[in-house]
Amino acid sequence: MASLATSGVLDLVTRTRGKGRLHWTDWLAYGYLLLGLFLMFGPVVWVVLSSFKSEAQLLEFPPTALPYGQVSVAVPGYPEPLPLFRVRMPDGSLREVAQIRRIGIQAQMVDPAAPETILRVDIAGREPVRALSLATENYTALFERFDFLRYLWNSVFITVTATLIMLLVNSMAAFALAKYDFRGRDLVFVLTIATLLIPPTVVLVPVFLVVAKLGLLDTPWGVIWPGAATPTGVFLLRQYMLTIPDELIDAARMDNASEWKIYWRIVLPLAAPALAVLAIFAVMWRWNDFLLPLIVLSRSEQFTLQLALNSFKGEMHTQWGNLLAMTVLTLLPITLVFGFLQRYITTGIATTGIK
Amino acid sequence: MATLELERLVKRYGTVEVIHGVDLAVPSGAFCVFVGPSGCGKSTLLRMIAGLETVSAGEIRIAGRRVNELPAARRGLAMVFQSYALYPHMTVRQNLAFGLENLGTPRAEIARRVAEAARMLRIEELLDRRPKALSGGQRQRVAIGRAVVREPAIFLFDEPLSNLDAELRVQMRIELKALHERLGNTMIYVTHDQVEAMTMADLIVVLSKGRIEQAGPPLELYHRPANLFVAGFLGSPKMNFLPVRPAEGGVRLASGDRLAMPEPALGTEAELTLGVRPEHLALAPAEAGAGLAGRVRLVEHLGAEVHLHVETGAGTLTLRTPGEWAAAAGDRVRVVIPPEACHLFGPDGRVVRSACRGPQRG
Amino acid sequence: MRLAAPLHRLLELVDRPMAALQRRIGPQRFAWIFLLPNLVIFAVFTYLPIVLNFVYATTGGLAVLPSERPFVGLENFASLLDCRDYLDPSSCSKDLFWRSLFNTGRFVVLQVGFMILFSLITALVLNREIRGRGFFRGVFFYPVLLSPVVVALIWKWILQREGVLNAWLVAFGGEPVQWLLDAGWSFFWVVFVSIWAHMGFYMLILLAGLQAIPKDVYEAAEMDAASPWRMLTRITLPLLMPTMLVVVVLALIKGVQTFDEIYVLTGGGPGSATMLVVQYIYETGFAAQPRLYGLAAAASLLLAALLMILTLLQLRANRKSYRG
Repeated sequence: MASLATSGVLDLVTRTRGKGRLHWTDWLAYGYLLLGLFLMFGPVVWVVLSSFKSEAQLLEFPPTALPYGQVSVAVPGYPEPLPLFRVRMPDGSLREVAQIRRIGIQAQMVDPAAPETILRVDIAGREPVRALSLATENYTALFERFDFLRYLWNSVFITVTATLIMLLVNSMAAFALAKYDFRGRDLVFVLTIATLLIPPTVVLVPVFLVVAKLGLLDTPWGVIWPGAATPTGVFLLRQYMLTIPDELIDAARMDNASEWKIYWRIVLPLAAPALAVLAIFAVMWRWNDFLLPLIVLSRSEQFTLQLALNSFKGEMHTQWGNLLAMTVLTLLPITLVFGFLQRYITTGIATTGIK
Repeated sequence: MATLELERLVKRYGTVEVIHGVDLAVPSGAFCVFVGPSGCGKSTLLRMIAGLETVSAGEIRIAGRRVNELPAARRGLAMVFQSYALYPHMTVRQNLAFGLENLGTPRAEIARRVAEAARMLRIEELLDRRPKALSGGQRQRVAIGRAVVREPAIFLFDEPLSNLDAELRVQMRIELKALHERLGNTMIYVTHDQVEAMTMADLIVVLSKGRIEQAGPPLELYHRPANLFVAGFLGSPKMNFLPVRPAEGGVRLASGDRLAMPEPALGTEAELTLGVRPEHLALAPAEAGAGLAGRVRLVEHLGAEVHLHVETGAGTLTLRTPGEWAAAAGDRVRVVIPPEACHLFGPDGRVVRSACRGPQRG
Repeated sequence: MRLAAPLHRLLELVDRPMAALQRRIGPQRFAWIFLLPNLVIFAVFTYLPIVLNFVYATTGGLAVLPSERPFVGLENFASLLDCRDYLDPSSCSKDLFWRSLFNTGRFVVLQVGFMILFSLITALVLNREIRGRGFFRGVFFYPVLLSPVVVALIWKWILQREGVLNAWLVAFGGEPVQWLLDAGWSFFWVVFVSIWAHMGFYMLILLAGLQAIPKDVYEAAEMDAASPWRMLTRITLPLLMPTMLVVVVLALIKGVQTFDEIYVLTGGGPGSATMLVVQYIYETGFAAQPRLYGLAAAASLLLAALLMILTLLQLRANRKSYRG
């Protein structure tokens, strides 16, 4: 992503259309794109920066762009490092001194260079000395105080399992619909595609009942099974498998391969490009899934990251630090995947039109 | 090595019948070519023999045993496909071994057979490549190799040379023929190319519209076609066809000329077709008394021979003569039709008089 | 492709019973074995629920099991549609349903309208001979991949009272605004965030449509001395129309179903200012006590009817676009 960013920006600045000078519409276009860059990436960057701020700094208004922390110095004679302040002295000079303690509106200060003399300063006259620092405690707290690893594991388990099951089940159905000629094939195909017309939100209530009756409430399987067969996946894979020559399958039959072996050893490897596209989508769907887990999973130890984020939003409205850190960790995997597979994903969507 | 017999074989898709009761016996070790225009059912017939299409009626026997119900892999056959159908994700070696692995052949035996086939087909250095990295001719060899390692009783070829360029096709034709002589297996070969049929076959089966028009050795079919279709299909340029009527002691052409035929009487009223091959026609100078008067429309020089298209009162005739010809389009000439080289076909297309020339009658 | 050894052994384990099964039922009927898992899952989690939805919608009471629910006919529909004045939600017995319906209508019109407009502009800009085109395409597409919860939290953080937006407002001499506590602003941001999150997808489809327009058409137009503006209005836009139609209908279908990001961002509030239909179904059937499954099912059937109409529109649009 970073190298992409630099090369993109470099290209923008240094090169032209190749016809020499930039036309004014080019300037307009680049202006629009830079505005877009700011609007699209800005909020995410802002959240990442904020997630490294301490709780105290998060409450500051107006906020600083970068995360800062107060500088502390070790002063001889004091066991703990002391926070450093910039103080205007009675003689009008500015000095950097360390604070020992605060008493009412007065503060006891000490100059680290001359630790023997204790100064008394009005707290209104001091200002903390700050330097860039990352407050990683937002992240470490997720592991120490909140059950982050459990939510992460739940999300990873559901995403990986559901994706694998979906690829297997969908590709089997797609193979049957693409390469066999049997009575009722067209009916099955139409019935499969017709489920595209039924958005998951519409059957929310009965799906809940079915999941409950199967005893899958509050288990990851209650989220995995309802989405294991997708019309999109069957359709995408079938269209791809149609391009595999029939002669290849005939050849395998002549080679004494069973139908299952033809599927497993010939068709599946050859459909790898389509499977990869579908796998990326499936990971995206499952990782980001919200409504189905919301109704199926009610015990917090079964929560996915998305559910945990949602519930923390209510519980921890004063603890933005942890919430932001968790948001960043949740968007990180998708961002990394996108960074590496950007071209693949965008062309995959542009050609298949699925999301 | 095995015989192949088809008996009253029928194929229907729904209510549409595409193969109408085919009878055929291929002796063991024969190189049999199914030839016919596209859509004649030759590929369907081959796929039925292979077991890739079900049989609607009739019987297929391999080495005397009925195989209708046997799945493809258990008929003891191997097939070379038109597109070669090499598994693109496997190396050449894996392609060759796949079928044997599926049959549970021991590893050492697989290795031995693959090595032998590779040596025979000169693809040893290609064994670890993927099909994508091979040229058309190499792919063709691998596809044949995949059939050879199976050591089948009968080889099936589905237009295997049609994806090659002309030069390579000639070369592969020779190699296939050599392979047949070496292995001695029965081979069934489907093509729409009559040159392949003529050059390779021991037995040609000409198909049209789901029926066998004629089956027999190549020269027999060439010189004694059983009907108009076979006569027109084999030979290039095509046999000349002229409409004729029976006349006293011969036939009368559309131009009014009479052609003497020493053969028995041909009835009186029937519309007949006279067929004569381009190489059997001869040219005579315009001043000569004999032959049909005509005018040259087109001269095609092929180097070793010349094709002349001559317009006559009886219809347009194509002549084929060796060497070069000084005539140009527009020249007046006379065409001599030798009666002993003429075929006569009845109104139903069946032959009623074959030419006297040919391998048997000299 | 060389399969890993354990995977290979697994195959052999599965292959033997499969091959035996194939010998028993024949290779052609084996297709049903391949279809079976998919069909079973469809049957249990899609077809059965569709049937059940009708059962729920026509029964009342609080029980979950359909067998324990008394049949009430069209009562649920009647109560949803019971209004003195259909233009005034407060006159309806289920005023929340009507409010959410009106909100959805308003939301969809604004969201789809502006989203398509911005997607189109972005696609047109990215269709130029521009350096770093792939990078910018990625930039605009990136939010599409973010989960609705993450999207909502990102903007919640920016829009909060002490957030960065208010900081700028103050820096330019304004007063801080409680963006998500004001009904009007809240609705604005719901539309804005939803456009932010989804426009990349539509931009991508439109861009693909633009790039499918053959280059020689433009060259011909250039030979005809067409101005850039005329090229846009007389060539690009008319040729993009079929794609455009598909995109609009797709956006409508998705827009009507919007739920997650708004639910997390505003929770439907303040009051019911940003509550959409799907949230109403969720609240009625799952969040509220008691859970009114019948009412929720009836509402979802009404939603389904609406979506069916939109889908039919899409199919027609699709057919047109294939015809070119």
